[in-house]
Amino acid sequence: MMAWPESREVLYNGLWKQNPGIIQLLGLCPLLAISNTVVNALALGLATTLVMAIASGSIAVIRNLIPSALRIPVFVLIIAALVTVITLIIQAYAQPLYLVLGIFLPLITTNCIVLARVEAFASKQPTGLSILDGIAMGLGLTGVLIALGALRELFGKGTLFSGFDLALGEMASNWTLTVFPDYSGFLLAILPPGAFIGLGLLIALRNFLHARYS
Amino acid sequence: MSSTPHWTRDILQPAAVLVVFSAISAFLLFGTHSLTAPAIARAERALKNSLLAQTLPADRFDNDLSQAERPLATDPLLGLKRPGSYFVATLKGQPSAVILEASAPDGYAGEIKLLISILADGRLGGVRVASHHETPGLADFIEAKRSPWIQQFNGKSLQQPSDSGWKVKKDGGQFDAVAGATVTPRAIVKAAHRALRYFEQHRATLLTPETAP
Repeated sequence: MMAWPESREVLYNGLWKQNPGIIQLLGLCPLLAISNTVVNALALGLATTLVMAIASGSIAVIRNLIPSALRIPVFVLIIAALVTVITLIIQAYAQPLYLVLGIFLPLITTNCIVLARVEAFASKQPTGLSILDGIAMGLGLTGVLIALGALRELFGKGTLFSGFDLALGEMASNWTLTVFPDYSGFLLAILPPGAFIGLGLLIALRNFLHARYS
Repeated sequence: MSSTPHWTRDILQPAAVLVVFSAISAFLLFGTHSLTAPAIARAERALKNSLLAQTLPADRFDNDLSQAERPLATDPLLGLKRPGSYFVATLKGQPSAVILEASAPDGYAGEIKLLISILADGRLGGVRVASHHETPGLADFIEAKRSPWIQQFNGKSLQQPSDSGWKVKKDGGQFDAVAGATVTPRAIVKAAHRALRYFEQHRATLLTPETAP
């Protein structure tokens, strides 16, 4: 079993100290592209977390079988196969989610955070810890995605949680929270530059907190 | 370090390892594809049915639209690369509208596939986007579930507006577009206009009721 101090270290690294979104600055492609609403951010974040957990776990299992010179092509092959399998399953059994995520689902393959964690962690560590690392890093990324999504949705459209019904069906049709009624919208926040500016603000906030409390 | 490459150790062995991993991946993909293909086909058919039904006001037809599928030849006015289908909506046994598969080839990121319903009197019943690759978050307002934008086609015809009005407002026409994403609406407006012209030319054959067996 995993020892608690190590697990705690892994969780702390993924969620805060080495957060992929605001510290390692890996996986920026989906971060910038799909973080325009909370629902998009949450859905892609969780899909990425799932891929990272499975990819890290399966690579940790076979880590001693892969020749070191070949590890990158083999990792990419495994990640691409896993992402395709998950995409097919989501397309078959959770079509609304598939329609929401669109092209960004297969593009998880190219998200460098997945490959980076596999290379830096799962290829050297035991399976259980590697799965935990995938989950922690994935959730760390999800957290940043959601924060950025909330920020952009709030300033761009004046709402929160709009579009949850696209992913969850009718039951979520009135979850949308209109924070600023009659808000005329601020296009910059929705467009890609809004993602860069928002990410910059989040990094600044994190650095401020870090400097203050450590 | 600088020893000459060893034929087996440096070339054959790595190649064999890659082949093994490729074979395992291919097998995994083949298995998943075989298992999920029926469910994916079912989900896509259900989606198509609901898309078809959305293109028409509910009181304009009473038949099962997916059962009324007929072949549609390629035509420059429809923009289809391959022969497609159209669907004949009937109300009390009389053809009331057709739903044409069409395509706007000049979207911002390639083809935008459309379903365009045209009522028997030559007015548009509605336009729906069946699939597209436009920028997510920016140009996906063309999807009916994200924005009412596409509703503005309802009731439009070749006479109303006239040819000069069949453009986005930015180009001097009647149709709304969204700042920062003009290419996409422009492509759809043009495709809808072309589909109406196609309907005008082929009206008789498209609406001929199927002969009872």
